Amino acid sequence: MRPLTEEETRALFEKLARYVGENLQLLVDRPDGAYCFRLHKDRVYYLSERILKLATNIPRENLVALGTCFGKFTKTQKFRLHITALDYLAPYAKYKVWVKPGAEQSFLYGNHILKSGLGRITESTAQYQGVVVYSMADVPLGFGVAAKSTQECRKVDPMAIVVFHQADIGEYIRHEETLT
Amino acid sequence: MGRKLDPAGKARRGPGRKARKQRGAEQELRRFLPPDPEDSPRKLSSHVRRRAAKRRIKSARLPAGKTTLALRESAAPGESLPKGAKKQAALQDGRLGGFSDISTWLTPSSAEKRPRPKESEQDAFSGSEELEGPRESDGEDGSDDGMVDDYGALSSGDEEELLPIEQAAQKQKEQDMSEEESEEEEEEEEPRKHDEAQETDLQLNVEAGERFLLPSGQEVEKEAAEPPDLQLIHQRIKDNIEVLQDFGTKREEGRSRQEYLTLLRQDLAAYYSYSDFLIGKVMELFSLSELVDFLESNEVSRPVTLRTNTLKTRRRDLAQALINRGVNLDPLGKWSKTGLVVYDSSVPIGATPEYLAGQYMLQGASSLLPVMALAPQENERILDMCCAPGGKTSYIAQLMKNTGLILANDSNEERLRSVVGNLHRLGVTNTVVSHCDGRQFPKVLGGFDRVLLDAPCSGTGVISKDPTIKANKDEKDILRCAHLQKELILSAIDSVNAASETGGYIVYCTCSVMVEENEWVVDYALKKRNVRLVPTGLDFGKEGFARFRERRFHPSLKSTRRFYPHTHNMDGFFVAKLKKFSNAIPKVPQDEEPTEEPGVPSAREESAPVAAAVPLSTGGKQEERLQGVKKQAAKRGFSALTAAKTELRGESKVKKQKKRVLVVQRGSFQAQSRLAKASWSSPGGRRTQAVSSRQRRAPQSCP
Repeated sequence: MRPLTEEETRALFEKLARYVGENLQLLVDRPDGAYCFRLHKDRVYYLSERILKLATNIPRENLVALGTCFGKFTKTQKFRLHITALDYLAPYAKYKVWVKPGAEQSFLYGNHILKSGLGRITESTAQYQGVVVYSMADVPLGFGVAAKSTQECRKVDPMAIVVFHQADIGEYIRHEETLT
Repeated sequence: MGRKLDPAGKARRGPGRKARKQRGAEQELRRFLPPDPEDSPRKLSSHVRRRAAKRRIKSARLPAGKTTLALRESAAPGESLPKGAKKQAALQDGRLGGFSDISTWLTPSSAEKRPRPKESEQDAFSGSEELEGPRESDGEDGSDDGMVDDYGALSSGDEEELLPIEQAAQKQKEQDMSEEESEEEEEEEEPRKHDEAQETDLQLNVEAGERFLLPSGQEVEKEAAEPPDLQLIHQRIKDNIEVLQDFGTKREEGRSRQEYLTLLRQDLAAYYSYSDFLIGKVMELFSLSELVDFLESNEVSRPVTLRTNTLKTRRRDLAQALINRGVNLDPLGKWSKTGLVVYDSSVPIGATPEYLAGQYMLQGASSLLPVMALAPQENERILDMCCAPGGKTSYIAQLMKNTGLILANDSNEERLRSVVGNLHRLGVTNTVVSHCDGRQFPKVLGGFDRVLLDAPCSGTGVISKDPTIKANKDEKDILRCAHLQKELILSAIDSVNAASETGGYIVYCTCSVMVEENEWVVDYALKKRNVRLVPTGLDFGKEGFARFRERRFHPSLKSTRRFYPHTHNMDGFFVAKLKKFSNAIPKVPQDEEPTEEPGVPSAREESAPVAAAVPLSTGGKQEERLQGVKKQAAKRGFSALTAAKTELRGESKVKKQKKRVLVVQRGSFQAQSRLAKASWSSPGGRRTQAVSSRQRRAPQSCP
């Protein structure tokens, strides 16, 4: 377990900023105590300093997880967000997409969102903008990338993909062993 | 469709902004309404009026006692309402306070066969609303209240808020209901009497019939050759138990009770396919009447229960969401504010979007209990020693509202994957997950406020989940578990900080019903460390054993709790809560490390009176004897055999004399042990080692 290097921090923040924009600031400076990012076995964890102090006592090979896992660095030093970060992305997300109840299940199985399943979308979403996906009952389901801008979404045919799937909460069941 | 007018004027609490009803129109309207709706009677149709008159006449004829009884029952507003409403209503009646055994779901049979509500309940309500407005809306409130009591949200507050119009409506409703019920009861009375008479007749016939006879030697041989006839065995078990319960009159002449019991044991093992060892253990544990109930209930699975994750949602919202998905559920019981029982479901309950979003956790009812006993407070440091798969850990986090620290440990790294997954899914952020060996614990990290030890066990309480336990477990497995548990409980106690302001508690639990893995382990910890048992805070469940067959445990073991599948309809479970009152570890001489001695307390009984009697006897070899005594006193959990040896070495010459002394001094010894018992009852203070150890030994040896 160690703090992130300069490059790693940049990679992480760039990725996070795609979804939460300038709200990233709120994640780093929190009013309820100091929070920090730590790297452990290529995973990035977001945790409060109090937990950090406790975790330093545990031998590195015995430590499995701490706080919330945000994602991992690939072997090529790219950062990949995991679904476990959703709890922190969802409240701060700038661009959101709501899926209809019928399309919920399809998204939770790892499929892209089609125009026919699109319930609502934030106005002025640009193409390839990171978006957080919600159900119509405002339950966060995952996140992805807008395949079309809001303007284009209005015109395309119902079977066209509007949001590329990146992560969904179905992965808690499908990929439990690779989450951390 | 606009909003319906609700004269009660209560804003509904619900999910999301859209779903929430806003205050406004109702309040405005109430100002214009006439102030006293109490006096003006409702407008009734002619038919209803006629029926009411009839009812009044009938109820006048009834004896007063029956009416009050019916009144009590009638608090439940009709058959169409869910059970939750009934329970709530009963609570309002004020006759049920606190947790109790009588919660209806606890009985195994009822849980399986609860009919699904005919249609969506909402529809039913809205359909009849025009006819009897206040009454039905009241019923709906009741059902909601059943769900409302999350942590933090007060349901009692809601009841106090009842407007006068509501109270009046309620009164009216109760009266109506009581009249109806009494009517029905009267009709039923007659045939019931008739039935009872018939039944007693039948039973008399049976009694007059043939007696149950033990099978002869030939029969046994014949049966051994053939494949077992289950029907025959089942009948024989029934008859056998009947005889055993009234042995004096029903026995066959010349046959001992032991023979009957052996046959019963064989039959039970064959019928339920248990190993001979396990069935013997179970027979020791339960009385005959309970025995079959226990074995039967191990054949049926427990109801699926789930726990609301209050970090993300509330129980009422979750229940509503799941009902909309076609899940038939109910609140778990009065003792849990977050639990729900699932009767049946049209969707896989472990893969709904609500589950994936972390709004609930599938968790047995029994595994809520140790966490409730632990009662974690906010901002504490808590250790969960054997945490997989993370159900209890997340419940702890939920009770702490994600504050403080939790160290979730498990020795199995494979199983920790599910812990990490569950914790993230449920939004728990205050946890560190590690995979150390639990026995190393104070070395890794200590000074916790509370420790939960859900020890690995033989699993004899969860046979319904894993039937292989029936055949696989033998004496060795149980003792191996017990040994590991003793090591774990000591390290759990050592990692607690007794000086903690809010805590200093250890909760020990297992999903086993064996005494070796439960009371014995706790008793061992009581002897080894400065801890005492405190009430678990669970008001139901059976008391732990303070004595079991030849074993004598500390009397305070009564404050531990046992849960059985047949009585509580949850997995067999044991919960003990310990309070550590000093960080010092009582010293034990290194060379006399305790040895495992599972089944020789009877020998111990012999040696202990000797030890107590020795100082009283006179003779030249007093010094030697005193040494022997000291040695014995220092040794705890020692093998009786070695004890006897030292005894022999010390005073082989005065052996006979001593025996005589023993007999003479018995009286004084008993007085002494009584004294020791008195001091036992409050193990609060610290004593010097020699004294305390002797006192601890004494009551054990004196049954």
